Amino acid sequence: MGHREGMEVSIAVSHAVQLARAEAIAAYPITPQTHIVEHLSGMVANGDLEAEFINVESEHSAMSACIGMSATGARTYTATSSQGLALMHEILFIASALRLPIVMTVANRALSGPLSIWNDHSDIMAAKDIGWIQIFVENGQEAFDHTIMAFKIAENSNVLIPTIINMDGFILTHVVEAHNFVDQDMVDAFLPGYHPRHTLDPKYPVTMGAFAMPEIYTEVKMKHQVTLMNSYEHIVKVWQEWGDRTGRRYQPVERYKTEGAKTLLLTMGCLGEVAEIAVDELRAAGEAVGLVKLRLWRPFPFADLRQALAGADLVIVCDRALSPGGAAPPVLAELRSAFYPLSSRPQMLGFIVGLGGRDVSPENFKDILKRAQEESSHGPTQEFYLYGVRG
Amino acid sequence: MLEIRFHGRGGQGAVTSVELLAVAAIEEGKFAQGFPSFGPERRGAPVLAFLRIDDRHIRLRCKIANPDVVLILDPSLIRIQKPAADLKPGGVIVLNTNKSIADTRREFGFTHTLAVVDANHIAKQVLGVPITNTTMLGALIRATGAVAVDSMTKPLKERFGPMASKNIAALQEAFEKTVVEEGKS
Repeated sequence: MGHREGMEVSIAVSHAVQLARAEAIAAYPITPQTHIVEHLSGMVANGDLEAEFINVESEHSAMSACIGMSATGARTYTATSSQGLALMHEILFIASALRLPIVMTVANRALSGPLSIWNDHSDIMAAKDIGWIQIFVENGQEAFDHTIMAFKIAENSNVLIPTIINMDGFILTHVVEAHNFVDQDMVDAFLPGYHPRHTLDPKYPVTMGAFAMPEIYTEVKMKHQVTLMNSYEHIVKVWQEWGDRTGRRYQPVERYKTEGAKTLLLTMGCLGEVAEIAVDELRAAGEAVGLVKLRLWRPFPFADLRQALAGADLVIVCDRALSPGGAAPPVLAELRSAFYPLSSRPQMLGFIVGLGGRDVSPENFKDILKRAQEESSHGPTQEFYLYGVRG
Repeated sequence: MLEIRFHGRGGQGAVTSVELLAVAAIEEGKFAQGFPSFGPERRGAPVLAFLRIDDRHIRLRCKIANPDVVLILDPSLIRIQKPAADLKPGGVIVLNTNKSIADTRREFGFTHTLAVVDANHIAKQVLGVPITNTTMLGALIRATGAVAVDSMTKPLKERFGPMASKNIAALQEAFEKTVVEEGKS
């Protein structure tokens, strides 16, 4: 099944969308997402993908068009980044409230200003409450796999929630690397067609997106919250089936050398593999350190995290976004909140790394571990640390 | 792991080079990463491109700070970027120049293993244009054995279509004409 091939990760993602037989795409190009939709546009123009591709004048329109197309029952895809995600912000809530299983790749990039085209997670962290399923990937293979799996998750009749695959801009999107592809027959067997019960159809008119009176709004929100939390079991099932078919297994929270580790790093996205190198080197030197990688961001995997971090004395949460003026950067804030009700919990320190495309090396993670252990031993001097900041 | 940094100017094809070489290495069953320096590149401005090749999955996601090899498409960059300054001990410099190894060492003070070829001349003769990126891949392969020469054929054909044969010929000629001298340190 499938073949191994070197190509740019963005192009591999466009092939995943093609293999998933997306039927409707609306997108506006923005660096570093552009290559994905550029290639999809080419596939549609060349007849290699039977889909409607709508060129729009903004991301606000891209998501609006996706909502319309998804509502007709079409398998719908888009991709964006940074300012583009920000511009579609108000429409993102409508997509999830209408329970339309749109799949979107977000090529994570800093938000302006100052203007930065480079990678961090400030775009998605500003959109964490949009009611979508949100998943992070670490490398090209994962970006490919999760793009296909996202359709199956989102379109499950017990889920029907749009899904974002977060892939780090440039440091993933623009890298040529090896991918193990799957063939069309496998994807067709894995991912059946999308046949929703309710669609927009002029022959059988229905209303979608009507307003909700105060008597019902809270209940609708409750339903959304419950469904999003319950999507966890379906997400895990889809990943399990993919693992059975491909041998590539994924978990909402993944552990790397955590056995007996007293100090744990926690990362999201492709810095996880960089941190692995630091953990390998420190383990070899006899230090009891490990790594936990948060793959599933929404729904937040409370139980898995509590289990994964249970044995640690110190957890170093590596955020890639700032929450200016807030209690803590976004991931640290969630982690602290998740652990606060527990009677026994590890100390949690936050280090913000890799903002606006700043490189993060294995040496940086080793340095962070050292500094965090020092801070922990004499009591933290700050709420969180902006790693490597000058002046 | 082999880490190679390409130094070129916008439009000279450094990024294309690393992509082609990454694909060739992957075709050989290896693992590779080829990526640009992600800057707002402009034609003529100095650019970097990066290539890693290994026998196992590569986990690094940062630029290459201490390369095993630097490939310099444009010798005018040596004074500006000092590409060899952070080269690993025992590293290799692959340079496009019409000067001899001795003259190059004298002019720039290079002590590492040095490989030189007049890629401008070859590219003008074979391709008809002074675009040296594919030509210099021949020099790189000669100096490092990063991939087999034949492994470049498929990626070049997929990238350049009808223009591939001339690029393959230029690469082959550079491979044959490249002069390599071991490092003195």
